[in-house]
Amino acid sequence: MTVVEARGLRKAFGTTIALDGVNLRVDEGRILGLIGPNGAGKSTALNAILGLTLYQGELRVLGRDPWTERDQLMRDVCFISDVAVLPRWMRVSQALDYVAGVHPRFDRAKAEGFLAKTDIRPASKIRELSKGMVTQLHLALVMAIDAKLLVLDEPTLGLDLLYRKQFYDSLLNDYFDRSRTIIVTTHQVEDVQHVLTDLMFINRGRIVLDCSMEEFESRYLEVTVHPEHVAAARALRPIHERQTLGRSILLFDHVANQKLDRQQLAGLGDVRTPSIADLFVAMLASTPGSSPGNHAGATQGAAR
Amino acid sequence: MNTQSNAVPESPLDPQGFAPAALSATRPMYWSVRRELWENRSIYIAPLVAAAVYMFGFLISLIWLPRSMRALAALDPAHQRIELAMPYAHAGMLITVTAFIVGIFYCLDALHGERRDRSILFWKSLPVSDLTTVLSKASIPLVVLPLLVFAITVPLQLLMRLLSTVVLLMSGVGTATPWGPPLFEMQLVSLYGLTVLVLWHAPIYMWLLLVSGWARRATFLWAVLPPLAIAAVEYIAFHTSYIGSLLQDRLFGFAAAAFDLKDKAGVPVDGHFIPLTQLAPGRFLSSPSLWLGLVFAALCLAAAVRLRRYREPL
Repeated sequence: MTVVEARGLRKAFGTTIALDGVNLRVDEGRILGLIGPNGAGKSTALNAILGLTLYQGELRVLGRDPWTERDQLMRDVCFISDVAVLPRWMRVSQALDYVAGVHPRFDRAKAEGFLAKTDIRPASKIRELSKGMVTQLHLALVMAIDAKLLVLDEPTLGLDLLYRKQFYDSLLNDYFDRSRTIIVTTHQVEDVQHVLTDLMFINRGRIVLDCSMEEFESRYLEVTVHPEHVAAARALRPIHERQTLGRSILLFDHVANQKLDRQQLAGLGDVRTPSIADLFVAMLASTPGSSPGNHAGATQGAAR
Repeated sequence: MNTQSNAVPESPLDPQGFAPAALSATRPMYWSVRRELWENRSIYIAPLVAAAVYMFGFLISLIWLPRSMRALAALDPAHQRIELAMPYAHAGMLITVTAFIVGIFYCLDALHGERRDRSILFWKSLPVSDLTTVLSKASIPLVVLPLLVFAITVPLQLLMRLLSTVVLLMSGVGTATPWGPPLFEMQLVSLYGLTVLVLWHAPIYMWLLLVSGWARRATFLWAVLPPLAIAAVEYIAFHTSYIGSLLQDRLFGFAAAAFDLKDKAGVPVDGHFIPLTQLAPGRFLSSPSLWLGLVFAALCLAAAVRLRRYREPL
């Protein structure tokens, strides 16, 4: 089942184009990471999906138009948009009461079960909780809702490593199953690399990479080249090169260069799968201030 | 036959079959109103404090009660009744004015605060429509506050009468006087007065609600200055003050619209005790001012609902 389907999604704020004809399709049971630099249009895309912002183009979420049917849609969609959005004046028990009151799919006992594992007291006001605890509370509320789509917009911003790890662990262990779908944006790419099933890069309002994690792993290879083979490796048209501790690290794309084979690369140095962060830097940081055409092989090969 | 035997046992056993549809309409509304009361405790605290302050003053005034009751005996019955009704009327007025002020400030913040503290994103992440949310906020000045005023005033006035009775019994003046102004009649008139007041002021509240959803900052100035500016321009340009008197009428005109302020003999009725005979619901309900005001209120409300769909954190 298709959970989100967008065609030609556009959104402009004045002269700034936030979304420039985005096509996007997310199927049931996927965990999609939407990765992009600041101002790339990630949040705008999520806000359009959540019915929080008006857009041009075609967009269906669970078969509904999010802009006109937000309240019905929110029975099946949850989102944690920013850790700051829980009302600071509210008590934890009031938050439980309220969500239980208005949400037909909320399981209060389940939320209380999650909260019992934390240091959060029901009588506490949200303003008295630490940033990490507020996120835990929000996650407990959201995980107790039997929703089909969960949207996370920078859910772990400003949290320490332990909270971040715990956040994704409980999401995977206690919440995710094949009937649910998660879309997440984050700058802490290393946290989600092993969580995602699909990866999407967005830059200047356009999707520049859209692949599953299996594709990602088979398509991109990173080689730490032995100094004597650098010239030979460069001849194989890497999409990116960087220097670390005097060694050259070259990133190759199978799709852009079909003749590559792993054996050949292994002869030049140590081959491994790049991290999402490395690919992100290779694809986006190398094109500052101009249209993403400098590394034609990478960007055009990826934009589909 | 078959369909009947299926349908009959189901309906009593399975009331949930109907309940969710009915529930889903009223439950979010109920919880949204409760939410407003959690967030804005001044809605009930302020009128209660006003009642407590009045009670405190009244307790002190009880010292002079026997003396003033003796002085009352010299007056004619009509004046006696007005003098006796005065403390109760003042108590009601103080609480009503407090509720009005609370309502004004509540409305100015209702759709602004949720954008200022970014919690609007949380509220919008729940299956509650913009209509339900705005209606729940509108119900605070239009329904909750008037009911609270009534619910606080009635026991307060009753307590005042009881205390007066005790004091007068102990001083040997007699007990009839505190019960002089008919209890039930006063409650009926104040219920009518509160209803009239809220209908008359509805456009003010709804205008403030709209401004709170529209303005990015300084909601009070946006709400108050434009009408005043229009009135000033009219006065400077044309030396007339239709807008000015319109605004004044909107604030205070309810009394003239809803009560006969002169009795049959043409004698002005004292505002401290208005008998049932002076209520003019027919005239009130047929006054164009009321209906124009309500149309304006409805337009503001509809605009506020529509606007909330576009609203984001500030």
